[in-house]
Amino acid sequence: MMLLIDILLWLFVGGLALAAASRGRIVLNEGARAGVIDFLHLLPRIGLGVIGSGFIAEALPKSMIAPWLGPESAIMGIALATIGGALTPGGPVVGFALGAAALKGGAGAPQVVAFTTAWALFAVHRLVLYEVPMMPARVVWLRALVCLPLPFIAAGAAMLIGKP
Amino acid sequence: MRAATLNRLAILNQPPPKPRRRRAFDWSTLAIAALSLSAAAYVYWRDGSGHFFTVLESDIWLFVTMLPKVLAGCLIGGFITLLLPRELVARWVGGESGMTGLLIAMAFGFMLPGGPFTAYPIAGAFLLVGADAGTVVAFLVSWSLIGYTRALVWELPFFGADFTLWRIIAALPLPIIAGILARIVVKAGFPVKAPTGEPRKDP
Repeated sequence: MMLLIDILLWLFVGGLALAAASRGRIVLNEGARAGVIDFLHLLPRIGLGVIGSGFIAEALPKSMIAPWLGPESAIMGIALATIGGALTPGGPVVGFALGAAALKGGAGAPQVVAFTTAWALFAVHRLVLYEVPMMPARVVWLRALVCLPLPFIAAGAAMLIGKP
Repeated sequence: MRAATLNRLAILNQPPPKPRRRRAFDWSTLAIAALSLSAAAYVYWRDGSGHFFTVLESDIWLFVTMLPKVLAGCLIGGFITLLLPRELVARWVGGESGMTGLLIAMAFGFMLPGGPFTAYPIAGAFLLVGADAGTVVAFLVSWSLIGYTRALVWELPFFGADFTLWRIIAALPLPIIAGILARIVVKAGFPVKAPTGEPRKDP
């Protein structure tokens, strides 16, 4: 499964590289350079995130995660996870690492879906640092308002589809 | 089309800006580093060195298996940023309303690579070319929740293919739901006037 994903990904990279090359050498070089720079920039963060989240998951008191966020916690756990996700600062390493750590530590899958959804939609620092300065403020508030039910809908839909 | 709008649209033809010099480490990375180190020390103290190294080994293995995926994701992001006809998409999104507008906005949010510095200026440009607030909301929600670069580069390695796919399928209807909700809220009287943030002056 993972190997198949890798192969598909690299086929996609190959196709895009061909498309870029057909626009000229500069486009090809520029795209490849931007990708590699991004990769090198991400490398230490991903290493830290993966290894760190493993230890954080080990260290988290499982006896506390399960009752609050476990599969039995139902709607209260989803609400708690939503609030936690919205208040989690930092980029994807922090958001996904904490979600993965909670999942390993005994949190229910729909609760983790609610957490990552709330983090992706609301992460307070992103809203304040990026979205408000770059967008008309009223549209930002409108977006935040209509997104309020989404973590719950996502968790509910995840439960309907059934566990992965 | 107004000259100011055309000027603002010109940003869509350029690769996304990198306005801030990227620092090797930022405060959130430092915070997660401190948290990770404390957790690692705690696990060592609680469970002993044997268990500590078992955890470390499996995490390092996960990290190594992630690398080809992350590199592929970054290269895809680099190429798509250059190849995507942004201005054309903005015109579509601005010109279409109804369900078609929401679906185009959702598809574009899915395809657009990059971080907040790419997405929010584009959302602002959508407003300028006449897209309604619901369409812009659908675009931003789609970019946040089902954008494939974030899923491939970040989510997949941490959560695995099954969980990531499952979460994305659960999130598929959300951009449309959010867009429709936004239209309802606007119709009910939510004030989203003066979307450009500038006084309107027609030539």
